[in-house]
Amino acid sequence: MSARDGITNGMTDEIGNGTERRAGWAEEAVATHAGAEHLRSEEQVLERIERARRRRPRVREQRVTLAHGAGGKATQTLIEAVFVEAFRNPVLEQLEDGASVQVGDARLAFTTDSFVVSPLFFPGGDIGDLAVNGTVNDLAVCGARPLHLSAGFILEEGFPIADLRRVAASMARAAAAAGVTIVTGDTKVVRRGQADGCFVTTAGIGVRERAVTLSAGAARPGDAVIVSGPIGDHGVTVMLARGELDIEADVVSDTAPMHELAAGVLDAAGDGARVLRDATRGGVATILNEIATASQGAIVVDEAAVPVREEVNGAAELLGIDPLYVACEGRLVAVVDPSRTEAVMTALRAHPLGEGAAVIGHVGDDPPGLVLLRTAFGGTRIVDLLVGDPLPRIC
Amino acid sequence: MKFVDEFRDADTARALAARIAELCVPGRRYAFMEVCGGHTHTIYKHGLEDHLPESIRLVHGPGCPVCVLPMGRVDDAIAIAGEPDVIMTAFGDMMRVPGGDGSFFDAKAAGADIRMVYSPLDALKIARAHPDKRVVFMAIGFETTAPSTAMTVLRAAREGLENFSVFCNHVTIIPAIKAILDSPDLRLDGFLGPGHVSTVIGCRPYEFIAARHGKPLVTAGFEPLDILQSVYQLMRQLHDGRCEVENQYSRVVPWAGNRRALEVIGEVMELRPYFEWRGLGFISQSAMQVREAYARFDAERVFAVPGVRVADPKACQCGEVLKGVLEPWECKVFGTACTPETPIGTCMVSSEGACAAYYNFGRFSRSRVRAGSAGPTPLADPVVLR
Ligand code: SF4
Repeated sequence: MSARDGITNGMTDEIGNGTERRAGWAEEAVATHAGAEHLRSEEQVLERIERARRRRPRVREQRVTLAHGAGGKATQTLIEAVFVEAFRNPVLEQLEDGASVQVGDARLAFTTDSFVVSPLFFPGGDIGDLAVNGTVNDLAVCGARPLHLSAGFILEEGFPIADLRRVAASMARAAAAAGVTIVTGDTKVVRRGQADGCFVTTAGIGVRERAVTLSAGAARPGDAVIVSGPIGDHGVTVMLARGELDIEADVVSDTAPMHELAAGVLDAAGDGARVLRDATRGGVATILNEIATASQGAIVVDEAAVPVREEVNGAAELLGIDPLYVACEGRLVAVVDPSRTEAVMTALRAHPLGEGAAVIGHVGDDPPGLVLLRTAFGGTRIVDLLVGDPLPRIC
Repeated sequence: MKFVDEFRDADTARALAARIAELCVPGRRYAFMEVCGGHTHTIYKHGLEDHLPESIRLVHGPGCPVCVLPMGRVDDAIAIAGEPDVIMTAFGDMMRVPGGDGSFFDAKAAGADIRMVYSPLDALKIARAHPDKRVVFMAIGFETTAPSTAMTVLRAAREGLENFSVFCNHVTIIPAIKAILDSPDLRLDGFLGPGHVSTVIGCRPYEFIAARHGKPLVTAGFEPLDILQSVYQLMRQLHDGRCEVENQYSRVVPWAGNRRALEVIGEVMELRPYFEWRGLGFISQSAMQVREAYARFDAERVFAVPGVRVADPKACQCGEVLKGVLEPWECKVFGTACTPETPIGTCMVSSEGACAAYYNFGRFSRSRVRAGSAGPTPLADPVVLR
């Protein structure tokens, strides 16, 4: 086909305004995988993909992009390729919400989290209670009783002292509610423009008084998957509070300390407790993917059983996002032995934070490492990690 | 999730699916192309293929504006963003689209001022707020988004804004469909017409598809039941021996389109002689550029644009996938070199692309899942939320 024919005909590769070049990165990507034989069946291709996904991740970008902070695949790749690579040790490699460590006879949990939410104040909470609850929850899902927190502040020149007082007061209230004390801290001020008002980092330590060891890898076929209430409230609230969209919805953040809720689940589940997670950035879908990957089980979720408030659903639809990926700040995901499902559900529903708890699915054994969704429409699809879409700062 | 939504009801779907199955002639295979990426997304997101008989295959077409943007145009936009005092504005889904040297995300990380906006009017707002900057809007999309780009240019002209321009990459759907119809290896039995585009252009422009190419077309809405209903209408036509353009989405799509929107496009934009589509190559009269009269709002005239073409790697088989000759998984680099994180071909770029939709939503063996242990979920009582 000549170039001219191409134009009238519709398709060709051979015309342009002269200059043409190649995309180095793309050629390189193809070359890395060159020599792969041409597979004939879909099954073989799927297996090859799963093998490719298990390989050690590589960061291809030259610089950090916003996608690296979105909580999806790009974030995971960055963490594994840079931090786990540099700090490698058995505790870190578990990549749980917090670290479970032993000091002499003391079984401790230790965690840290940074908060850059914008706006700082939003319906249902602010960066202060978010920072305290976030760390309390990370300790709680390690099976620990949260004890002491640290608080680090990075403040931008010009930030109103009144706002800082408001943040501090809210942290104090949240700490009292969670039964923890903020025992140490740090303050830095940077020049105007080098931060956005106020960033907060908290770290926390707690004691693991129960004998259970929870881990994402412990989920087994047959286990039940539970969430403690309607999902996505926090993320949608913050996105709407930014005021960039002309959408109004009656939603408030779900930020709350879940130490009591988690303790209730663990007491009810006994040795049937496998995994507890705090569904923050990346939402429930991201947690389920981590559990599926670590346990090599198949997590099967029933879309009709997933609790989502109507307002959240509506706003998410308008924003073109799936509530399964939207952050919560006061929701547990629990995986428990099926014989304990009822006891756990009773315990959850007995607590105000767990009134909307629901069994949303179960662990199967095939396809290993994937999360499947039975859609309300009657079909089946995968729920994968997000590639890293540019969502606004929500935590 | 509580989908009281009448367009997503599983029982209605099953009933419709049964009627579709009845229309299948034993031994015959059917292939329908959904032209629009929004349909591709719906099909995968709801697992719609589970309702279709094995003999019906949906082929995913070229209607994803982000996917068909050639790498060279992304490079051009990044070059503009690198000019002094430029603020580049774009929709969020533009950010990850790869160019020859990376995406908007990469350019932003390297220091370019690139901002996400929800509409071209937001870009105009930024231009008003920063008179010392030159604000460029990265305009992409089919006839669906072209009217709002055109309106924004008219508004900027009325306000006499000097520091605003658009980098126009608007494409038109009909020449792309024509190109697919002219392809010698076409194996389609009919089309699901794009819903959003049709709200602007109406259904009349599709008549040649039925009349001259003998393929029925049903303009379809975006809910899963809309699509299933449209497949039913296509099957019905084949069964009755008819070949027509039908409008399933008449609750939104007027048969004659939206005259006012077309006028606005025509006022500001004109057809280019040809434009490159990623995966399909150059297609004549398939895209729009800003008219001479609005030259000062045309980034291609305001800035020096390199205009260098970036070739797709030879291993890419996007053209074949777009035409339905290959299934996504049949491409040699699918899922290895080409993944949603590092899309090297067009169909992997946004979740509306065929390869990305298949990778993200459909990457499992349906037959094995049906047979295996992933069986029904033991459920507690359903939760009732206010
Ligand atoms: S796998 Fe990538 S290169 Fe192959 S057809 Fe799909 S998008 Fe194109």
